[in-house]
Amino acid sequence: MIRFSNVSKAYPRTGTALAGVTLHVAKGEFVFLTGPSGAGKSTLLKLIYFEERPSEGEVRVGGASSKSASRSDVARLRRKLGIVFQDFRLLDDRTVFANVAFALEVIGAPAASITPKVGRLLDRVGLGSKANAFPRELSGGEQQRVAIARALVNDPFVLVADEPTGNLDDRATRGVFQLLRDINAAGTAVVMATHNLELIRRSDYRTVEINRGQVVFDSREPGEGAPAARGSAR
Amino acid sequence: MSLAFREALTAFRRAPLLSALSVTTIAFSLFALGLFGLVAVNMRQALRQIEERFEVRAFVAEGTSIDSVSAAMKELGAIPGVAAVTYVSQAQALERARRELGEFRDVFDGEFLPASLELRLRPGLQGQSEVKAVVDRVRGYRFVDDVRYGEEWVAKLYRVRDVAAAAGLVLGLAFAAVSIIIIGSTIRMAVLARSREISIMRLVGATDAFVRAPFLIEGFFKGVLGGALALLFTWLAHQVIDRTLIETTFFDARTAALGVLGGALIGLLGSALSVGRHLRKV
Repeated sequence: MIRFSNVSKAYPRTGTALAGVTLHVAKGEFVFLTGPSGAGKSTLLKLIYFEERPSEGEVRVGGASSKSASRSDVARLRRKLGIVFQDFRLLDDRTVFANVAFALEVIGAPAASITPKVGRLLDRVGLGSKANAFPRELSGGEQQRVAIARALVNDPFVLVADEPTGNLDDRATRGVFQLLRDINAAGTAVVMATHNLELIRRSDYRTVEINRGQVVFDSREPGEGAPAARGSAR
Repeated sequence: MSLAFREALTAFRRAPLLSALSVTTIAFSLFALGLFGLVAVNMRQALRQIEERFEVRAFVAEGTSIDSVSAAMKELGAIPGVAAVTYVSQAQALERARRELGEFRDVFDGEFLPASLELRLRPGLQGQSEVKAVVDRVRGYRFVDDVRYGEEWVAKLYRVRDVAAAAGLVLGLAFAAVSIIIIGSTIRMAVLARSREISIMRLVGATDAFVRAPFLIEGFFKGVLGGALALLFTWLAHQVIDRTLIETTFFDARTAALGVLGGALIGLLGSALSVGRHLRKV
């Protein structure tokens, strides 16, 4: 489903971000991506949604190859992905409802289907009663839920989350994480970059640690213990 | 497409100041172009009027038979550059002199002024050589004593016309280029103001064409509004000049419509360039 084959990525100014990464994420899997700041986590996620292309090697996501995908192929691929960021990336001048509906409108979803679908998604993330609020009127955790609802509009096969709880307090973090677990339980794969070792320890999901652009630990590899059993994921 | 229209309208509503600024910028750059166009149109008109008044006068020798004069008139009238040929008899010449020079009325006594053929040339002759060709034809008749047409004056007229045309082309192109650059930059500001929206559109899988559409519509409308405003400014300027300085003509309906359409095209082009540049980066 997601396959990195010997992928390297170098930026002209900052140099190597990833070096020789080989990784496979299976359908419906939940994967934590961890490692220190600047290790290459965000670059790896950007390669998944083709925001960046590898300097060497190949990334294959849901049938699209980094070697051959055109801009319109990328647009098509992103309609099957959900992407969530630490800073939520909501449109501040639109209501919660409009923010979620926007994602459906830009891909040309039939107008009649938008309202019921957005209503269902907002209920699912627990914000059914806040459809008419503006993002600034919501807490951080609620804003991230709106972002997750937006990411789910196209029933993605994978949700890519870059530090989704990075700006949230403990309580909100637990709520958002539980939401991601529920989404995963319903069949959507989740690739989540995080610094939060507590979350990793409390669950038994696969953990991939990156350092200096290389995979230094993968809990799924034979011989490695489950992350919950390890003292630290670092 | 309806979303694209809605987004374009929303852009106007959400950033009214920025939108007003772009429209006024477009309006003023097109106004400069319009004023220049007004000068060009009036200059051409003035030159045309001068050309229309321009005539070649051939003095007919005394005692020439009316038959040979009318045969010559027919031949000369058939030359493509000649608009009309008139015969002014001695009596008519005297009559005219008396009318035009009233204070010397009594001096004119008897038919001492020669008869003449007056050739009115068609406006828009290519140049002095064509005028000269007509003059040479007229000189060729044996009964023609002398031909007068203000040679020096003709040379000056055509020089002015050529210089005006060249200056018109260069200045017109320069103004149009400046307009496109200014409009491109104002639309670029609008694009940058909505870069967050564009990045979200791209993240959820909008195609480039879809991202581009609202901006193109916005640019088109801004161009039309700016063009219409520029037309209004130019018309007001024309009114002021016409009433206080000199009589001027305004653009005809077709040219005015073309001006607004030009504004729309410039708006569209400016948008396409700005969005295209932005999309290549994201």
